[in-house]
Amino acid sequence: MDFQALIFSFFNLEIVRDYWPDIVRGMAVTIELGFLVSVTGVVVGLLLAMVRALQIKTLSFFIICFADILRAVPPLVVIMILFFAFPYIQVSMSAFVATWLSLSLVLAAFAEEICWAGIVSVPKGQAEAARSTGLSWWQSMCFVVVPQALRLTVAPLTNRVIAITKSTALGSVVGLSEVLNNSQSAMSVSGNATPLMMGALGCLIIFVPVVLLGRWTETRFRWKQ
Amino acid sequence: MQEILQNFFNLEIYYEVAPYLLRGLWMTLFLSAIVIPVGLASGLLIGVLSVTLKARWARFLLATYIDIFRALPPLYLLIFIYFGTPFLGLDLPKLLAVVIGFMLNNSSYYGEIFRAGLESVPKGQMEAARSTGLSSFQTLRWVQIPQATRNVMPDLISNTLEVVKMTTLASAVAMPELLRVARDAQSLFYNPSPIVLAALIYLALLWPVVRLLSRLEHRKLGGGG
Repeated sequence: MDFQALIFSFFNLEIVRDYWPDIVRGMAVTIELGFLVSVTGVVVGLLLAMVRALQIKTLSFFIICFADILRAVPPLVVIMILFFAFPYIQVSMSAFVATWLSLSLVLAAFAEEICWAGIVSVPKGQAEAARSTGLSWWQSMCFVVVPQALRLTVAPLTNRVIAITKSTALGSVVGLSEVLNNSQSAMSVSGNATPLMMGALGCLIIFVPVVLLGRWTETRFRWKQ
Repeated sequence: MQEILQNFFNLEIYYEVAPYLLRGLWMTLFLSAIVIPVGLASGLLIGVLSVTLKARWARFLLATYIDIFRALPPLYLLIFIYFGTPFLGLDLPKLLAVVIGFMLNNSSYYGEIFRAGLESVPKGQMEAARSTGLSSFQTLRWVQIPQATRNVMPDLISNTLEVVKMTTLASAVAMPELLRVARDAQSLFYNPSPIVLAALIYLALLWPVVRLLSRLEHRKLGGGG
C-alpha cells in the first residue's frame, strides 16, 4: 500500500469538501440527542430515587425492577424493541424518539441506583433534624438530603452520563442520521474512506472535552475511601 | 393485552426460535470469552504503564491514547475497523475486527480502573517489598497488582458487565450473536417475539451481576456513613 493511495482513500480533500455539511449535520444531531438524553435520564433517575426514599413497598418494588431490568439488558436491545417491536402493537416512533427514549430509560436506571446509594449514605439524623425544624418531607429531601447525596454521586454519575452520550451512536442501527450513520452512508456513496475519518474527527471534537470533564470531576469530587 | 401476548410473548414462536437463539447465545458467550480476557490483559498493561512511565512524552502519548479511545464510541471503532480496513487493502475477518475494536476501547477503560487501583496501594507496600529483596517486577506482580485488583473489584465487575452488553454491537457487522439472530428471526416470522426473548435471555444472564454490583456499591458508599 503506497502513501499516495493512503492519502487518496483516507485524507481526500475533494471528498472532505463534498461531504463536510453531512458530517456537521450529523454532529448536530449527536449533540442534541446526547444533551436531551443526559437531562431526561438524570432528572428521571433522581426523581425515582427520591420516590424510593418514601419507602412505600409496592412503589419501591417497581422502581427496583425497572432499574435492574434496564441495567441488565443491553441498550441496543432496548432500542430494537422500541423501534422494531412496538410498531406491532400500534406504537410507532421515529428513530430519534426511539433512541432518545431507550437511552434515557437506561440512564435513568443507572442514575436512580447511583442517587439512591447517595441518599442512603446521608446519615439519618440529617433528615430527622430537618424534619424537626418544621420542614416537610419533600423540603427536607430536596434541600437537605439530596444536596449532600449529590456531592458523593457527581463522579460516578458523570461517568455514566458520558458512557450514555457515546451510545447515541447506536441510533445509526435504526437509521438515525447522527454522525456515525452520516459518515457511513457518505462512505458508501463516495466509495472512499475519508468520510469515516471525518466522522471520527467529529466524534473526537464532541467527546474529548466530555471525557476531560469526566477526568476533572473524578479528581475534584473523589469518593471518600 | 391479547396483542402484546401475541407479538411479544408468543410461546409458539419462542419454542420455534429457541434453538437459533441458543446458538446466538453461544456466540455471545464465545465473543465475551475472547474480548474480556483481551481487554483485561491490555488494560492491565496500560494501567501499569500509567503508573510506571516517567518520561513526559511517554506519559503524554499514553494519556492521548486513553482519551482518544475513551472518546470514540465503540460502535464507531468497530465500523471504522471493519469497513475502513478494506481501503488499506486488508480484509479482516469479522471476529478479528470485533476483537481489535473492543480491545482499543476496553484497554482504555480497564486501564483507567487498574491505574486507580495501583494508585490506591500505599507506597509503603512497594518499599517494604523492595527492601525484602524482591525485584520491581516481582513487587508489581506479587504485591501491588493483587492489592490493586482487590481495591477496584466493583469497578472491574461493572466494566465487565458493560463489555458483555457491548457484544451486541457486533450485530452491526453481521456477527451472528444473540441480538443478530433474534433480529433475523424477527424478519423471518414477521413477529418481534424473538427480540423480546433475546432481551429475556440477556436479563437472565446479567441480572445476577447487576444485583451483586448494587450490593457492592452500597457497601462502598454507605460503609463509611
